[in-house]
Amino acid sequence: MEKMVNIFLFGKKYEVPENLTIMTAMEYAGYQLVRGCGCRNGFCGACATIYRIKGDKELKACLACQTKVEENMYIATLPFFPLVKQVYDIETVPVNETVMMQLYPEIYSCIGCNACTKSCTQELNVMQYIAYAQRGDFEKCAEESFDCVMCGVCSSRCPAGISHPQVAMLARRINGKYLAPGCGHLEDRVREIKNGDFNELIEALMQKPIEEMKELYNTREIEK
Amino acid sequence: MYSEKFQKSLAAVEAARENNIALEPQRMTAQQKEELLATFHPDYKKDEFAVLKIGANKGDKVPTELAEMLQAHSRISADSVDLSNPDYETDVLIIGGGGAGASAAIEANEAGADVMIVTKLRIGDANTMMAEGGIQAADKPNDSPAIHFVDAFGGGHFAAKKELLSKLVCDAPEAIQWLSNLGVEFDKDEDGTMVTTHGGGTSRKRMHAAKDYSGAEIMRTLRDEVLNRQIPVVDFTAAIELILDENGNAAGAVLMNMETKELLVAKAKTVIIATGGAGRMHYQGFPTSNHYGATADGLVLGYRVGAKLLYAETLQYHPTGVAYPEQIFGALVTEKVRSLGAKLVNVNGEVFMHPLETRDVAAASIIRECSERATGVDTGDGQGVWLDTPMIEKIGGEGTIMKRIPAMWRMFDKYGIDIRKEPILVYPTLHYQNGGLDITADCMTTNVENLFVAGEAVGGIHGKNRLMGNSLLDIIVFGRSAGINAAAKAKTVNVGELTLKHIEKFENEIAEAGIATDKISPKLLPDYTNKR
Repeated sequence: MEKMVNIFLFGKKYEVPENLTIMTAMEYAGYQLVRGCGCRNGFCGACATIYRIKGDKELKACLACQTKVEENMYIATLPFFPLVKQVYDIETVPVNETVMMQLYPEIYSCIGCNACTKSCTQELNVMQYIAYAQRGDFEKCAEESFDCVMCGVCSSRCPAGISHPQVAMLARRINGKYLAPGCGHLEDRVREIKNGDFNELIEALMQKPIEEMKELYNTREIEK
Repeated sequence: MYSEKFQKSLAAVEAARENNIALEPQRMTAQQKEELLATFHPDYKKDEFAVLKIGANKGDKVPTELAEMLQAHSRISADSVDLSNPDYETDVLIIGGGGAGASAAIEANEAGADVMIVTKLRIGDANTMMAEGGIQAADKPNDSPAIHFVDAFGGGHFAAKKELLSKLVCDAPEAIQWLSNLGVEFDKDEDGTMVTTHGGGTSRKRMHAAKDYSGAEIMRTLRDEVLNRQIPVVDFTAAIELILDENGNAAGAVLMNMETKELLVAKAKTVIIATGGAGRMHYQGFPTSNHYGATADGLVLGYRVGAKLLYAETLQYHPTGVAYPEQIFGALVTEKVRSLGAKLVNVNGEVFMHPLETRDVAAASIIRECSERATGVDTGDGQGVWLDTPMIEKIGGEGTIMKRIPAMWRMFDKYGIDIRKEPILVYPTLHYQNGGLDITADCMTTNVENLFVAGEAVGGIHGKNRLMGNSLLDIIVFGRSAGINAAAKAKTVNVGELTLKHIEKFENEIAEAGIATDKISPKLLPDYTNKR
């Protein structure tokens, strides 16, 4: 007999096996999820959830698909949070801190409470990456925020109304497009293909009988 | 931390680690691979397939669960929908908000078309988001699109449609460049050289990655760009039936609000199916690495209006799904773990195969260890084999795991397993739909005019097995192409009167074939309620 625990979904009590995640526990209880369920593997941020263990002062946040239920867990899902996503043209954005001042000026109202970092479901140093964004250090902001799944829990806890995941998204795109070193071998290859340098080779392969293709495949040299 | 029952096997794995790292296992011969697949690969289990009795692929076999959906009733009858007053009118209607749909939307918008996306969950709730390992492109000096072609053609058992595959490999470098220009952060050296690795079945190191969030990094960037372009995204709205015009050409879709169940009509000059895969159909009872909405909807929508399927009988079982702990059972352990040097090891600490065989061969090989050879590890819920992740730190140096596969570390750390120090248990998981709708190189279906397809819903790009890193590639290459071609085609289209006559026609075929079914399709979401 598996061990059961009591959980409270939106305040209502259910008894569920203790080895379930919050998400599978909701399904076990009978919920057919539409909201608050995406990849079920911790990548998409659809299942942001806040909870409190009865008696604890601390309010915790997690991804429902990645977190086991506990006895006396009070659970409320946060399937949508109104983040502010500013529209911009990646081709013409200024590549310095003025872009942040224009699009996300509220980051300069950060009061340093660190509630974002404490609530991050990915254990990122959110307040630190916002500090990098304030300074226009997009490379560091990109690095520090890279594992963000944009669940929005940080923003739900922010007294300054910052949409941290969107700030980081902008920083990463600027970093990827403008600050990361260019790639010579990629540019060369694109040019060669446009130039038709491989057309004959490919055409010859397309014409080869299957038996010859098998021979070619089975004896091909494999880079160590 | 593993419990007591795993300790004996763990000790064997640890004791053999130094020797196993040094070992270069033999690759299997073509004949050994064929025998292995025929005996142990799930695609070869005859009683798990059904023969289609109606439709464009009448007489073909497909997984039993898919046959049920392809030969099921529509969710609606023609007279329950008023087509005369569409709720949406657009040039290009894109069904699906994953990587293929988003790429198509960006390109169609760039081409000046009116375009909209409908998606039954949110934009980005897609297998693209979950692709960890990387994206292939032959952009290094020792590589070429021709070598990429040979690798993929052979890996797919010489069954790929050559014109689709040549497009895939030839457009690959430009796809990487396009993503870079959108701001996708690929792993690079300081001089800008791409950090590339092997995947199973590659003969050159051409796997580009963004740590082990490759798909997530691509998807969130594409989504941001779709939103910047202010392309309408109608979320939590599923397409449940295609609409044809009086000439039999695709001309829109009936939509259903997933929450209120309200029906809506979208009229379009061209339609792109970008609905993704089918892992949540749980073929043969396998767990899946796929996202919640992967239920083969696009195949059902297309099939009902007469579109043809190609290779729908071939599925990809990713060799390394999580076998333990049960909370993440079936989740993906990226192939990159093996690219970085971790080997597969059985209960006795023995390396039983080369870690970089193609996925079908690797999956069959693991199933053989866990069945015929009885050298699997009992997890309590089933069987698995070890994937010896600490090898990565020994080969690449301390810190390699946190730098290259942080998501994998995080996933197991939540359950008290530090993959830097302890190996993990894996077993094949349903991962990818190799087959799908049959298209020509312009992404239009072979027999329904103005109906385009991109991404995992396409059949024939990869043949009967897909190499790691060619799926992220195909959603970009064919997504972009579908967007460009659907936008161009839309300029020439005059939509005739809309009809849903195909529903009745299909119902008649069901009746005439004597199919007794109470199933309705598309499935839209799996039902996990009240279950363990």
